[in-house]
Amino acid sequence: MTRIFFIITLLLSFVNPLQADTASDFDSALQLLKQKNYALKSDAIKTIAASGNPQARAVLDAMLNGGLFIRKKEKDLVFAQKRGSNYQLTAVLSGEDLGQLKKRKLKKVGINNTLRGELRSALALLSLNNPDPEKRLEAVNNMLGNIDAGRAATLRDSLENESDSSVQEVMRLGIALSDITSDDINTRKRAITVLHGNLHPTAWNSLTTLMAKEMDDGARNAAKEALHSIDVKRQMSSIAETLFFGISLGSVLVLAAIGLAITFGVMGVINMAHGELIMLGAYTTYLVQVIMPDNPGTALLLSIPLAFVVSGGVGILIERGVIRFLYGRPLETLLATFGVSLILQQLVRVVISPQNVPVTNPEWMSGSIEINSVLSLTLNRLYIIAFCLLVFAALFFILKKTSLGLQVRAVAQNRAMARAMGVRSERVDALTFGLGSGIAGIAGVALSQLTNVGPNLGQSYTIDSFMVVVFGGVGNLWGTLVAGMTLGIANKVMEPWAGAVLAKILILVFIILFIQKRPRGLFPQKGRAAEG
Amino acid sequence: MGVFRILKDDRGGQMLLLFLSIITVLIPLLHLLVPESSPFHVTTYGITLFGKYLTYALLAVAVDLVWGYLGILSLGHGAFFALGGYAMGMYLMRQVGDRGVYGDPLLPDFMVFLDWKELPWFWLGFDMFWFAMLMVALIPGVLAFIFGWLTFRSRVTGVYLSIMTQALTYALLLAFFRNEMGFGGNNGLTDFKDILGFNLQDDTTRIALFIASAVALAFGYLVCRWIVSSKLGRVTVAIRDAEDRTRFIGYRVEYFKLWVFTVSAVLAGIAGALYVPQVGIINPGEFSPLNSIEIVIWVAIGGRYTLYGAVIGALLVNYAKTLLTGIMPDAWLFALGGMFILITLFLPHGIAGLFRREKQA
Repeated sequence: MTRIFFIITLLLSFVNPLQADTASDFDSALQLLKQKNYALKSDAIKTIAASGNPQARAVLDAMLNGGLFIRKKEKDLVFAQKRGSNYQLTAVLSGEDLGQLKKRKLKKVGINNTLRGELRSALALLSLNNPDPEKRLEAVNNMLGNIDAGRAATLRDSLENESDSSVQEVMRLGIALSDITSDDINTRKRAITVLHGNLHPTAWNSLTTLMAKEMDDGARNAAKEALHSIDVKRQMSSIAETLFFGISLGSVLVLAAIGLAITFGVMGVINMAHGELIMLGAYTTYLVQVIMPDNPGTALLLSIPLAFVVSGGVGILIERGVIRFLYGRPLETLLATFGVSLILQQLVRVVISPQNVPVTNPEWMSGSIEINSVLSLTLNRLYIIAFCLLVFAALFFILKKTSLGLQVRAVAQNRAMARAMGVRSERVDALTFGLGSGIAGIAGVALSQLTNVGPNLGQSYTIDSFMVVVFGGVGNLWGTLVAGMTLGIANKVMEPWAGAVLAKILILVFIILFIQKRPRGLFPQKGRAAEG
Repeated sequence: MGVFRILKDDRGGQMLLLFLSIITVLIPLLHLLVPESSPFHVTTYGITLFGKYLTYALLAVAVDLVWGYLGILSLGHGAFFALGGYAMGMYLMRQVGDRGVYGDPLLPDFMVFLDWKELPWFWLGFDMFWFAMLMVALIPGVLAFIFGWLTFRSRVTGVYLSIMTQALTYALLLAFFRNEMGFGGNNGLTDFKDILGFNLQDDTTRIALFIASAVALAFGYLVCRWIVSSKLGRVTVAIRDAEDRTRFIGYRVEYFKLWVFTVSAVLAGIAGALYVPQVGIINPGEFSPLNSIEIVIWVAIGGRYTLYGAVIGALLVNYAKTLLTGIMPDAWLFALGGMFILITLFLPHGIAGLFRREKQA
């Protein structure tokens, strides 16, 4: 690769006399690097950076990272990489393989902190010409911290050839950051308009510095307005962020509670093992990932139906084995299912591990979408929100549009009448409970991507889920959705000034008080069903 | 005498009081007089352990009072127990004085550690025993009163009420975990030295605490029996069985509930206050919903609506717990979970119910 570059350079130097000139500059600068004098080295770095030589980047990079050496015998510059006790050498100009050499036959090209800084900014300047717009963006961003007139001039030059709009924007910011310190009032004013509403922290900083010493009233006012616009934008972003976090937390709550909305809301069963059914879903994800460790993404998708089957199956077992003997005795159901939850927890502790288990996030789950420099939405939260809505829609469809849903609602409204119409109520009970439990399992898959997966995962979610369902109104899916989202957002709104724990306590207290006022929740059932 | 009148028709209660008077005499004697080599010797550890069980039994009686006679399945009585415990713990903490690790004459160790400069206002007065004891009863009582006042008036009943009580103890659990609360955060209060000037590690102090626990249990039992055998008790049972009808007859249902619920919370607080000096620590873990729900299972196993059944349940389950966690720690939660299921399915009246049915047959 380097060889090809070299040939191209040779060819270019052949056609272009000016290039040939800078090429010789490059060579003489390389000679300067061998000197001990740091001032000479500094000159050399500048020459190399300006030379446009394709090897310039490699030389500077190697120098910054301590990979540039002088062969003591031949007295020439080489790239060296450590191979065991020896160094693998490559010629700087030709890229020729020079074999290995002992360390004592080499001398490192030393640098100090000043040079290090110069090297970095020189490299940044070089990156401005990188064909990859991402690299260019990074390079400009690196320059923003310490911008001066010289760099601004470079940016101005590069801006003309720049095609990528986001890079252009940052370049304009950089130029404005330099212009704002200019002595010319009009230049300053122009810079202020550029900085107007720009969310990069440097923009805010330079504007406040300007405010402190600016004499011209017009400029002061413009700067004040610009600062205000930035503040407003920041505030909007932080509100949007809080909202986003709130909705994502709300989605988690809804996901956790929606299965309970079926078992508790529709069937009236107090299932204290609900959290453990969620936990089983999370552990299913873990186990599927253990079986196929190379493919966490596929494993995750696969574990969604599997978790539904596992948790749903366990749910049907619980219903057939325990709950069906206790219909009409809610408090006893509570105690018995609590026993089930203890057993499930302990089972996981004994069979798998009492410690938390690692669940990997697939690649497409990590990362984020950047809206602006203050606000970025993480992908995993976006997925959770989408997933929550999807599950909700699916459940809604099942309950409202399928024959199973019809039977479920019929049995919930009037068991005796439903039986008289030929509905096998026992079978419907088991299936309904299985459905609610299976959805808890699916919630577990989603939660495994957000929190630690351990035997205690379910415990807190049981209480949270009951809060959501009770708050929303028993027997009402929409209520669960609204309640979950409300609680999630309220929690995140309070968190900044109250702290996470206190916010949660306040939410609990709020629900306790709310239930006093409206014992049947936000959206109470009306008519006969409410009497049950 | 009043005591005899209360216990006239209560065979279980008579047996219980007899049992308590025997052990208060016998166990200290077995400890002091029987040589250590003898198998009948009761160690200090044994006395403290038994004392702890007795405080649990008092707690269970308090729960049975509201569950068995009022129909309120409280999943938050652990909170009242823990609050009583914290009040006692604060007294014991102040008694440590300058003997703490940091030697601060006023501030408990954890406050010095958190770099607090002065005692928070709610710690004032806890250096006086009478004040602390007042708080042991008052704090759980007031909390229960406020909670009950809000809840019973708006007619929250049944499962909703149970979940609310659970939310209450859960909220307190989260709150007490916070260091800023000023109750030692995660670690709670510990490293106590003495109570009323007596060293907590001394045998005699431990025996005294054991006897105090037994007396408190007997006292608590009598109070509850007195309540349920009075006219008030008849009304509460009526409320349990048909709340609306009782209301229609003209009783102010919420006042009856409130009164009994508050008494029960105070008893739970007293139990907590006796528990803390015997185990030597109180931390937020006592607020965990699991603890509260465990109390319910003691009562369920012993048999609710009997009061003495609660005592049997608490003693048996906790003895089994000590045994099982010693032999095979992993099995305890399986056993507890299994008990929850089996008792509710097959033994809804508990062990005490077993006796009663035989008698009727």
